[in-house]
Amino acid sequence: MTENILQISSLEKHYPARSGKDVPVLRELDLSLSPGDFVALRGPSGCGKTTLLLCAGALLRPTAGSVLIDASNPYALSAAARSAFRAAHVGFVFQNFHLVPYLSVLDNIMLCGLAAAPQPTLPTRAIDMLDKLGLSHRLHHRPAELSTGEQQRVALVRALAGGANLILADEPTGNLDAANSRILLDTLADFASEGGAVLMVTHEPSASDRAFTRLDMRDGCLHSC
Amino acid sequence: MTVCQLVTRELAYRKWNFLLAILAVAMAATTYLLTSALLKSTDLTTAALVSRKVLDTERAMLRLEDEMRKSMKGLGFNIYIFPENQDLGEVYDKGFASKTMPETYVEKLANSSIITVNHLLPALTQKLTWPEQKRSIILIGIRGEVPLAHRNPLEPLIDPVASGQIVLGCELHQGPGFKPGDKLSLMGREFTIAKCHPERGSKDDITAWVNLSDAQQLLGKQGLINEIQALECNCVTIDRLAEVRKDLLAILPGTRVIEIGSQALARAEARLHAGATATQELASVKAQRSELRVQRETLAALLLPLIALMGLLAVIVLTLLNVRERLAEIGVFLALGIHSTTLLAVFLIKAVVSGVLGGVLGAALALLGIAVCRERLFDGHAIAALLDPSELAWLLVSMPVFAASAAWVPSFWASRRDPAEVLRHD
Repeated sequence: MTENILQISSLEKHYPARSGKDVPVLRELDLSLSPGDFVALRGPSGCGKTTLLLCAGALLRPTAGSVLIDASNPYALSAAARSAFRAAHVGFVFQNFHLVPYLSVLDNIMLCGLAAAPQPTLPTRAIDMLDKLGLSHRLHHRPAELSTGEQQRVALVRALAGGANLILADEPTGNLDAANSRILLDTLADFASEGGAVLMVTHEPSASDRAFTRLDMRDGCLHSC
Repeated sequence: MTVCQLVTRELAYRKWNFLLAILAVAMAATTYLLTSALLKSTDLTTAALVSRKVLDTERAMLRLEDEMRKSMKGLGFNIYIFPENQDLGEVYDKGFASKTMPETYVEKLANSSIITVNHLLPALTQKLTWPEQKRSIILIGIRGEVPLAHRNPLEPLIDPVASGQIVLGCELHQGPGFKPGDKLSLMGREFTIAKCHPERGSKDDITAWVNLSDAQQLLGKQGLINEIQALECNCVTIDRLAEVRKDLLAILPGTRVIEIGSQALARAEARLHAGATATQELASVKAQRSELRVQRETLAALLLPLIALMGLLAVIVLTLLNVRERLAEIGVFLALGIHSTTLLAVFLIKAVVSGVLGGVLGAALALLGIAVCRERLFDGHAIAALLDPSELAWLLVSMPVFAASAAWVPSFWASRRDPAEVLRHD
């Protein structure tokens, strides 16, 4: 039996409100991602998609339920250990890319080295990935010198280069044109096909169509499409 | 990628924030060093002024003491011994005695064991008309100092006039145009002029000094004198005249002993007053300098905390601005798994670097400031005297600590941000 990369069980997340009554965002949510899964998560704004990604990425402690990544509960770890765990197991791709503006393309990817234990192969792996995504001529450029598509590709390489087997992507194609969206989605699909797992939040039908599985989210619950 | 590489790239990217932080630290460092140099300059100038004043006062006092000693020979605490039955009223009126006494009196005193007297000067003084010049003069015959038998020889207070020579007061040589070496005739006897005194503004100006034996011959008073000056009297009691009188009258009973020293005493008092004035001036200089020191200390006490606070606030605000600008970046760092301690180090290293560079710049600006305003503000003192190397070293160490302390709170706040909170709202 293949072990799940991400196993979410009975997940609940409430946010405190000013009225003193907590607002439930995620309700009794179950989700599991195995190697090879590429799941697109759709839903209206405010339905809890991003909250689910943050909880799944060991960034936001759930109110109830459990999150297991590679069979480990990151929320049982100390803050320092959880940071290291996150660096080793989870990669994030954001809609706004969130590249560090004063670092070159290569340095943005090498940031992973600052988080995890030294990885001697990281530079070679990063350069290979950039080359595959057609960015080998941009290694020493700053994000401001890149197009939005190029920036998102760099962000994708940053998420993948650290060796994570779970990619959490929040509207990764939201700012991209069709060609760049295709490149990004293909890369994510390849990553999943090679044994990784991808959970992608998206509003775009073309993006969700490229995923292997599509889930709808309404009122904090998941529904198969 | 290392933390230091991350810091240097960020510094190069947000250079204005970094430069402003350096300037804030430099401002605090410069103010500290300049204030310290100003206080040191005040101290150095005060020390120099006081030591110069002390030296001047010591010199003046030595000079006054010497002048006093010399003046005592003629007018100081000097005892005049006049013959028996001499009307002292006449002495006070004319300035000399009309009665005479044997010259042997002085020998008697010199051979006694008197200890209250240091110098004995017999003299024969008489006012007369200089027939050849047809004018009144005071003729004084002196024989110099009579050595006291029981004392080691002291430095003579008055040079004796050799026989056949004469010393003239100002009025006596200026009118006729006499010069030292000229010959003149006094009461039919020829004398060679040994010395011509400058104007003294006293009866000395109409006085002629000759050897005692010559005077005795001229006046027909061989073996006689009409006064003995007992000079530089040493007394242990307050009633010094009574003490000397007692000693003298035990040896020369019946003689009249008076002190003619009021003028000298007045002078001595004036000199003592001058000494006191000098001491007072010294105290005044010290007080003025002390007041200046207090003023500058007060200024420093106000300025230093103010500038330090401004520097501190500037670094805090700049760090806070930097942190606010980098919130999304901080969220991504945390999401990537970079630990909050590493993030804290990133911010604090930046603050330490701005502290080091600010300290160096501040020291350089302070040196420049002192060099430019050395004469105007620092009384021309050397830079080396105003800035202590250990103080500079202390500053260069403390400024990074100062900057890191200022940056601590915003940096800590930033490093403890919840990445989910940051990313959820981005």
